[in-house]
Amino acid sequence: MSSHAARSGAATAPTRRGPTIRAPKRPAGTLYRGREGMWSWVLHRITGTAIFFFLLVHILDTSLVRLDPEAYNAVIGTYKTPIMGLGELALVAAIGLHALNGLRIILIDFSAWGVKHQRLMFWIAIALWILLMLGFAPRHLMHVFGGE
Amino acid sequence: MTNESLAAIEAPRSRPVRRRGVNVEKWGWLYMRFSGVLLVVLIFGHLLVNLFLGQGVSAIDFAFVAGKLADPFWIVWDTLLLWLALIHGANGMRTLTNDYARGRLRILILVLLAGATVTLLVLGTLVLTTFDPCIGTPTGALVEICN
Repeated sequence: MSSHAARSGAATAPTRRGPTIRAPKRPAGTLYRGREGMWSWVLHRITGTAIFFFLLVHILDTSLVRLDPEAYNAVIGTYKTPIMGLGELALVAAIGLHALNGLRIILIDFSAWGVKHQRLMFWIAIALWILLMLGFAPRHLMHVFGGE
Repeated sequence: MTNESLAAIEAPRSRPVRRRGVNVEKWGWLYMRFSGVLLVVLIFGHLLVNLFLGQGVSAIDFAFVAGKLADPFWIVWDTLLLWLALIHGANGMRTLTNDYARGRLRILILVLLAGATVTLLVLGTLVLTTFDPCIGTPTGALVEICN
């Protein structure tokens, strides 16, 4: 790093030493980058993609109800296993986040005050999401691991 | 950037070019928001009944689905859910594809996406509208209904 700076400095050969200006190690902060706005966008894309691929599988597995009750029961039986039970918890978490952040996006786009309060609304969405998961997770885990 | 790129972004402060016909991107944008509000209701209702109330996921089997689909209310609910959610998801994946894929790969993904979407919309709608609780050998509560 220092040898590189010395070499490039030699090309212009300043007669007096000025202050050294280093390139920032990370991109400088903006209103968006690295902040709530960017991370909500990232989360929206990741959760949306995950939900989409589940939806494809879910339409196919549910379609078995038209063909064969036993085949449907066998496939839906795998939804009750511990691993899939945890998957359903992750799915509901993804849906909850996508839904709450989606409502935030709608308020940003269609209300007069949404843009101004987008950061606050992000944290409100996170708080509501935590409440949602606190309500859902124990009950769902009892359904999956409760033994019945 | 290659000239095949979306080429729809005007220079800043330039007068936008008026194009004839339907503004697909505008209607797609609006669809995401309006379907989104409806999907919040439809999906949380779906999750409440199937995963939260009663015995949750451990109670779901053919008889459970047959019980729901005996009521036209749930046929309408599930059909709305199918169409709104799948088109919402496919339009979202179209956006991601346009952002991250280029050239022939992008076209291939878009064609596969459209094909999967149409196929599943037709399949799901047929399942919901032609559902028969008495196929196979009826068990439990279905025995009385089917005989």
